[in-house]
Amino acid sequence: MHISSDRIFKTILALAGISIPALLIAFIVTLLIDSVPAFLRIGSAFFTETTWDPVAQQFGVRAFVVGTILTSCIALVLSIPFSLSIALFLGEYYRTGVWSTLLKSAIELLAGIPSVIYGMWALFVLVPMVRSVQLQLGVPPYGIGIMTASLVLTVMIIPYSASISSDVIAMVPADLKEAALSLGATRYEMLRSVVLPYALSGISAGTLLSLGRALGETMAVTMVIGNANRMPDSIFSPANTMASIIANEFAEATDPVHLASLIKVGLLLMIITMLINAAGTYVIRKKTLNQ
Amino acid sequence: MLQAPTLSEKKRSINDMNGTGVLLRIFKDYLFQTAVIVGSITVFVPLLLILGYIVRNGIAAVDWQFLTGPPRPIGEPGGGIANAIIGSAMLIVIASIIAVPIGIATGIYLSENRSSRAAVIVRMCIDILQGIPSIVVGIIAYAWIVVSSGTFSALSGGVALAFIMLPVIIRATEETMNMIPDTIREASLALGVSYTRTVLKVLVPAGVSGILTGILLSIARIAGETAPLLFTSFGNPYMSTDIFKPVDSLPHIIFNYAISPYPEWHTKAWGAALVLIVFVLGLNISAKILTRRWTVRF
Repeated sequence: MHISSDRIFKTILALAGISIPALLIAFIVTLLIDSVPAFLRIGSAFFTETTWDPVAQQFGVRAFVVGTILTSCIALVLSIPFSLSIALFLGEYYRTGVWSTLLKSAIELLAGIPSVIYGMWALFVLVPMVRSVQLQLGVPPYGIGIMTASLVLTVMIIPYSASISSDVIAMVPADLKEAALSLGATRYEMLRSVVLPYALSGISAGTLLSLGRALGETMAVTMVIGNANRMPDSIFSPANTMASIIANEFAEATDPVHLASLIKVGLLLMIITMLINAAGTYVIRKKTLNQ
Repeated sequence: MLQAPTLSEKKRSINDMNGTGVLLRIFKDYLFQTAVIVGSITVFVPLLLILGYIVRNGIAAVDWQFLTGPPRPIGEPGGGIANAIIGSAMLIVIASIIAVPIGIATGIYLSENRSSRAAVIVRMCIDILQGIPSIVVGIIAYAWIVVSSGTFSALSGGVALAFIMLPVIIRATEETMNMIPDTIREASLALGVSYTRTVLKVLVPAGVSGILTGILLSIARIAGETAPLLFTSFGNPYMSTDIFKPVDSLPHIIFNYAISPYPEWHTKAWGAALVLIVFVLGLNISAKILTRRWTVRF
């Protein structure tokens, strides 16, 4: 009696476990099958063409790949000084105490704010600011565009890279740091020559994982990037990312080739983020296993 | 290998003896620390700006009528977001019904088969699943449910959100179960309790606070998700409680109202944003209190 019910229970658990890889495979198969019409109709022009014009049946993804990479990479570069500061603050200078608790809560709050609220705030507050800067610089004052999207992405990814990096920095063995200090190094010299080189791989993994987030971020970017289906010619120009083109056109796409092309954009986006995340996770795993 | 000191190195060591080099090094140390502190404190600026704007603009929009009234067409005064609140609640319930049982079962499976090869593969798949952009998850739900049923629906939105919830619940369950000491399991088995009852009546109750925390956090995560709802639950300006019909949701109306050209709708968007953020942050805080106050310690 017991044995049979145990067997049923174990089978249920195993089925739940297997459902996850099955789900993932089903995801990929679905995207592949549903993008077939685009493969047949457009072929490799999908990757080489820069024109995306549903009316003329032209679907080239290049402009969106450029838009995605530009917004994510600018955001990443802008976020690094801040996330590194926070990581050193929490992992080295103030590990405990009021200030560290306060900063930790601030980061958790930032990570908890939904992306659509970031987008709305950017639309009503950041866009006018960027517009006035653009007027000063003498570039067309759109307000919306790649730079605005990057700025809001910067704020959104700081919590992720900061929390991963501060964990890694806190893991640096104390005897290494004490050795440097006992040789007469100042704290800055100790950080520069011992802690940062030691934690470098972990910090870059955190950066990679936050890049993965930035690439797939949809709502905040969609609301402020300007939705222009063309190659961006400057970092201020309106553009589209792979995620924002799907968000904008998917619900209205009635033509099967248009829909299939959008699904193919989704497939491409998924593959790119999977690769970036896999690289980040691999580095983190290796780092924690070595400890 | 020792090398003869170069001229600049000699100069530096002489400087050190005089003390000027030491001063410079101490100065650099201070400078760096100041930079770290300034860089860290800077993150409070966007946080306070965002929360400040939402509270200031949101409070003006939120009143009882706003929370309980149906939306009105543009031009008519008043109108509320009750349909979106109901819709969000429906989506969360549908997603939870799907994701909670599967998530807990998978978490128990991973913790019970900690080092098996299958568990390693499943864990890797969870990592990947968690990294999939939410908009792509929306495409999947569209392809599976909207296309086969022929209509946008609350059900398809709930399924999309369930896929996003799953990894969070699995992780929380697995980590909680891993922390329960083996002695408890052995004590139960030694008393002749069957494996099934040991897991369900001893181990799961011992880890219930951790699992609940995971569920709360996953709800906080999906409550603000908009991207996968754009072409699944689609939005609906009328009150609807039918899971096979499109519904509105809080994040979705924030998006629609914010990008509209009407200032009255912008006010409504701020109000909805305040409601959403109070809900999401409230969930996060209760999850935190739950872990702190009500954890079975071993």
